Amino acid sequence: MDRLDELESESIFIFREAYARLRNIALLWSLGKDSNVMIWLARKAFFGRVPFPVMHVDTGKKFPEMYKFRERYAKEWQLRLLVEPCPPIEAVDRSLPPAARSAARKTEGLKLALAKHGFDGLIAGIRRDEEATRAKERVFSPRGAEGAWDVNDQPPEFWNHFNASPPRGAHLRVHPILHWTELDIWNYTRREQIPIIPLYLGRDGKRYRSLGDADITFPIPSNASSIDEIIRELDATKIPERSGRAMDHEAEDAFERLRATGYL
Amino acid sequence: MNVVLKEPQQAFSLANRMLIRIVIVGHVDHGKSTLIGRLLHETGSLPEGKLEALKAASERRGVGFEWAFLLDALQTERDQGITIDTSQIRFRTETHDFVLIDAPGHTEFLRNMITGAAQADAAILIVDAGEGVREQTRRHGYLLHLLGLRQVAVVINKMDRVDYDAGRYHSLRAEIQSYLEGVGLKPRAVIPISARHGDGIATHSDGAAWYDGPTVLAALDSFSPTPALRDLALRLPVQAVYKFDDRRIIAGRIESGRIAVGDDIVVMPSGKQARVNSIEAWPSGIETPGRQSAVAGQSVGITLDRELFVDRGNLISLESSPSATCRALRARIFWLHQAPLERGSRVLVRIGTGESNAVIRVIDCTVDPGQIAPLTSGVIAQNHVGEIEISLARPLAADPYAANPATGRVVLEYGGRTAGGGLVLAVDQSAEPLASLRREAFRSSVAPSALGGRQSFEELATRLATQASEQTAAERLQLLRREIVGRIVLTTSFGLEDQVITHLLWQHGIDVDLVTLDTGRLFEETYEVWVETERRYGIRVRALYPRRGDIEDLVVRDGINGFYGSQAARLACCQIRKVEPLERALADAQAWITGLRSEQSAHRRDMTLVSADPSRHLIKFNPLFDWQRTQVLEFVADHNVPVNSLHAKGFASIGCAPCTRAISPGEPERAGRWWWEEEGKKECGLHSQARSA
Repeated sequence: MDRLDELESESIFIFREAYARLRNIALLWSLGKDSNVMIWLARKAFFGRVPFPVMHVDTGKKFPEMYKFRERYAKEWQLRLLVEPCPPIEAVDRSLPPAARSAARKTEGLKLALAKHGFDGLIAGIRRDEEATRAKERVFSPRGAEGAWDVNDQPPEFWNHFNASPPRGAHLRVHPILHWTELDIWNYTRREQIPIIPLYLGRDGKRYRSLGDADITFPIPSNASSIDEIIRELDATKIPERSGRAMDHEAEDAFERLRATGYL
Repeated sequence: MNVVLKEPQQAFSLANRMLIRIVIVGHVDHGKSTLIGRLLHETGSLPEGKLEALKAASERRGVGFEWAFLLDALQTERDQGITIDTSQIRFRTETHDFVLIDAPGHTEFLRNMITGAAQADAAILIVDAGEGVREQTRRHGYLLHLLGLRQVAVVINKMDRVDYDAGRYHSLRAEIQSYLEGVGLKPRAVIPISARHGDGIATHSDGAAWYDGPTVLAALDSFSPTPALRDLALRLPVQAVYKFDDRRIIAGRIESGRIAVGDDIVVMPSGKQARVNSIEAWPSGIETPGRQSAVAGQSVGITLDRELFVDRGNLISLESSPSATCRALRARIFWLHQAPLERGSRVLVRIGTGESNAVIRVIDCTVDPGQIAPLTSGVIAQNHVGEIEISLARPLAADPYAANPATGRVVLEYGGRTAGGGLVLAVDQSAEPLASLRREAFRSSVAPSALGGRQSFEELATRLATQASEQTAAERLQLLRREIVGRIVLTTSFGLEDQVITHLLWQHGIDVDLVTLDTGRLFEETYEVWVETERRYGIRVRALYPRRGDIEDLVVRDGINGFYGSQAARLACCQIRKVEPLERALADAQAWITGLRSEQSAHRRDMTLVSADPSRHLIKFNPLFDWQRTQVLEFVADHNVPVNSLHAKGFASIGCAPCTRAISPGEPERAGRWWWEEEGKKECGLHSQARSA
């Protein structure tokens, strides 16, 4: 087994634990490279089908390429797709900096979707190497009834035994690719030939390294026009992955505040 | 226009570089996060702009730049200057990729330290040269061992603050080495460093020119990933059974060993057998034909050749090497919940994917691993360690940790939350595991001094002997129960003395496990008194049997009654039918009660009331040691104790049927045992000291 095999096997194990131990779960599909890898892993875990709904919490401000991708692969992969809208910007905490406030719409949309469907578990594609607060996450991460993350009181988690009993009204975030890196994602995407949105590939000297809302996500300078070139580029870079995501950088604690209230 | 790559290409060598997970532990403020910051800087692994951003953040707060800010990225942590949760960050050397796991040093965050350390392949224990070995240094060192880590390096940090004093380094090194060796860890290196100044990290420090061991980076490069357990017996815990189509796929991850199509497997705890029909995978097709075999570490799905009821929590083994099924187990655990774990506490036990409600029956050997002074507490408080015996509401498949680390670990849930975990030392109702394996592996891996300075068995034996010499047999048994915290075993053959002790235990409600060795050659009358004893006292006597393979080999070699042929053959038979099962009976016992009396034979005359059995790590206790045969007979008559009906037919001491006969009046008591052999050699080995195991 090489490293990708090990990562794959561990993620499959986590998917199967989530499906066995929780009652009503959904996979959060942001249409990005990470959540596409997740869907692929779920199909491996369950022998070709995803046995729970796949939910896109839609801000309505995604790139057109992303919507195209969603329509095509929801059908091709036979997904039970749920598209849930987000409330208008006015409904969101005014004290947040502008881009973070915009991103927080997704958190509100998520809360509404949770209430609507009564999920006790949400599978999310965050990774430890993306960002410092995500590095502290558990694989099974309890959220309060309001979706809040209490980072000071996380339960212990060891030897692949996960805490799967959320208190009434709360839910669990399950993170099957928490231990993957950006480079792992691309290596795996290449090996398994998983489709991606073409925005990740360089055009006119620019490409998107991370995809979010069209108005608060910016491309990076890059000539990497194939996955191979992306991998070579990442192997050499020291620039963080989320550098093109405006809400992370407005204030020192902006992203942490987003996460504590339920952002992914 | 979406992109699908048409041709899979050679994966970059990167994907096959060795990845090692390192946890950095130690007392608060001894410099863990600083060391990590330095490691990243020295290996050129910091993201662009990170150092500048952190320097700016430090200035805004009006504090000097701290490397620790790099990891302590959460707001609360920066304000308090401590690490709250475990955090992970990556870097590379020329040969390896590393994940560094920073674990908090504060006691109240021990659960996070454990979460971090449990994921690691190796550990660095950091000690402040000025402050020396502190509470969390010891606690973390102890827990590393309990978590199964064996690759450890120690760094003595802040050497600049002690002027790179070689004497200080050597005395600290001796102290930490001796502590770690006491808990079973042998550090690879003890490295003097100054994390703040980068001394001893990538290059040797000028200050510590007297040091000629490895740098931190060299020590890291010497570690290796935890190997998959491919060479152990197959253990496949069942996560679920899927029936998405006409296939019935049993899904799980192989924890150890390997499995192949055509293998004969057994599903524990039910013991049902089947053959592997296929190993399923997706995607599958002409280009990717179905797998024929799979190994430890792989998540698989298999189908069987027949319809068995298989469910989540079952454990699949090869028929030739099944796991044990246990209804009770003994484990050494750490406890993280605020409420102390007590005798009678109800917990949920998880082993593999199996789970069962359980009750704590016994707690002993409790330790606060942060302290040197012993604990005599009968509960396991938060962040303490101890040994427990648990009764399970339903049987679980498991192995002792020494036999299989993957299925020999137990996790305890309390009030819906993971609250503790540890290593399985022994399982009850086990099919196979060797007594010697269980006990030696664990008693020797944690020296008594590390168990809170428990007194030696010799000291305890001497004290008990003094106190018990003038007592009645009942008082002696009560004394023993008070003094021994762990399991006490009475081995009974339903002889007169054993029956007297059984009666006394029942009469005074003394908690002792009754075990008998059923050799397979006992008298019918012995089975009758066994049944009668269980009925009279409302108990179940646990029987241990010889190992099947050993018996089969013996009978092939010597014949069914080969023991008459020579004393060697007789002793071989005793060894297999009695002595070896006895070892299992006593595997985790702290004390062993027997019905021996010194009057019984010349050989037994030298035996004492209490003795330490150093090879078995227990107290041997003979409460009827000074009784006369007439006293025994009077007692059973007075109390209407059930006795073997053979006694009335002239049998005095009763063992196996082929090897016991009645004696004539006036003959020595044990004259009827192995009557064809010389007096003086008539022991089966149960009560002989200093055998080689």
